[in-house]
Amino acid sequence: MSERAESFPLHRREVAKTLLHARDDMLIVTGLGSTNWDFTAAGDAPRIFPLWGAMGGAVPTGLGLALAQPNKRVLVATGDGEMLMGIGSLATVAVQVPKNLAICVFDNERYGETGMQTTHTASVADLALTAQGLGIKDTGVIADEDALNADLNAITAGDGPVFRVIKVRAEPLDFVLPSKDGVHLKNRFRLDLLGSDAV
Amino acid sequence: MEWGNDIYKAIKEAGVGQVAYVPDAGHKILINACIADNDIKAVSLTTEEEGIALSAGAWLGGEKCVMLMQSSGVGNCINMLSLIETCRFPFAAFVTMRGQWHEFNPWQMPMGTTTRQALETAGCLVDEVENPEDVGAKAAATLHKAFVGQQSSVLLLSQRMVPVKTFGK
Repeated sequence: MSERAESFPLHRREVAKTLLHARDDMLIVTGLGSTNWDFTAAGDAPRIFPLWGAMGGAVPTGLGLALAQPNKRVLVATGDGEMLMGIGSLATVAVQVPKNLAICVFDNERYGETGMQTTHTASVADLALTAQGLGIKDTGVIADEDALNADLNAITAGDGPVFRVIKVRAEPLDFVLPSKDGVHLKNRFRLDLLGSDAV
Repeated sequence: MEWGNDIYKAIKEAGVGQVAYVPDAGHKILINACIADNDIKAVSLTTEEEGIALSAGAWLGGEKCVMLMQSSGVGNCINMLSLIETCRFPFAAFVTMRGQWHEFNPWQMPMGTTTRQALETAGCLVDEVENPEDVGAKAAATLHKAFVGQQSSVLLLSQRMVPVKTFGK
C-alpha cells in the first residue's frame, strides 16, 4: 500500500508548470515544503508566496488573500502533510465560500522534507472526502494527465472554493529554492499586486 | 463588557477589512458587531493559528486583519507567529484573559498566567488594559502600532473586565 505512490503517473514538477502557466494573473501561495520547490522550478515570480515554515498555514494564508482580493484568482498549492496539519482550515474556507479560491494538494503520500516517511494518506486518510465532509462542495481527485487537463478550468476559473487532491509520484527531486527572505517575499508580492505605494 | 464597542470603533477607524475570531464570551459584543457589519469580513476559525496565517494573507492582498481570541488560544499560535516575525507582517490581536482574576477553572491557569511571556517570546509587543475606560484609547494605540508602526501588536484585556464565570457554582 505505502509503495503505490512510487508509480503514480503524474510528476509534481510538471503539474506545477501546468498550473502556473494556465493563468498568468493567478496569485499563488505554496506550502512547506516540496510545492515551494515545484513552483520555483516552474518559474519563480513575485505573484508566488512560498511558505518556508508556518506548517498548516497555506490554506488560511490563501483565504486571507482571497478575501482581500475577491476579483483575483487565488491558488493554494500545498502538500498532503502540510494540509493534514491545518485540516480544520478547510471548514473555515467552506464557511466563507470564497468564489475565487482554489486549493490543490499535491499528494505523494509522503513527508518529503524529513525523509519521505508516509503520511496518513498512504494508508487510510482521504483528503478529498475530508474536504467534502468539512463543507467544500467542489472536490475531487486527479490521478492522471487527462484528469488534470479536464479539471484545469475548474481550478483556474471555476466557482470556488475548489478543492483537488492531485496524486503525484513519490520521487527524489533536486531542490529548486526560492528566496528564503520573508520580508523580500512579502514585499515583492505586494509591489507586484498593489503597486509602488505598497512598500 | 460595553468596552467591546470601543474596540469596534477603533477597528472601524483603522479601516480593518477582516476580523478573525474564535467564539469567546468576553469578545461577544465585539464579535457580534463585526458579524453585523457588511464592510467587515468576519472569519470564524477552527483554531487560533489559522487567524495568524489569515492576517498574513490579508496583508499580502492589501487588507488589514485583526484577530480576537482568549488567552488559552495564544498557546495554539506560537509556531504560526514565526510567519509574522520572519516576514515582518503587521499583526494586531485582542486577547481576553483567563487565569488572572477569580478564575474558577484551574485548567485555564497554565496558559493564562504565561500569555504575556509566550507572546513576547514569539516576538509580539504586548500591552494590557485593566480599566474599561482605557480600552478605546489602548485599542486605537494597538492598531496604530500594528498597521502604522508595522509591528506585531497585542492588547491583553484583563479578566477583571469580564464577568466571573462560576459554572453555576
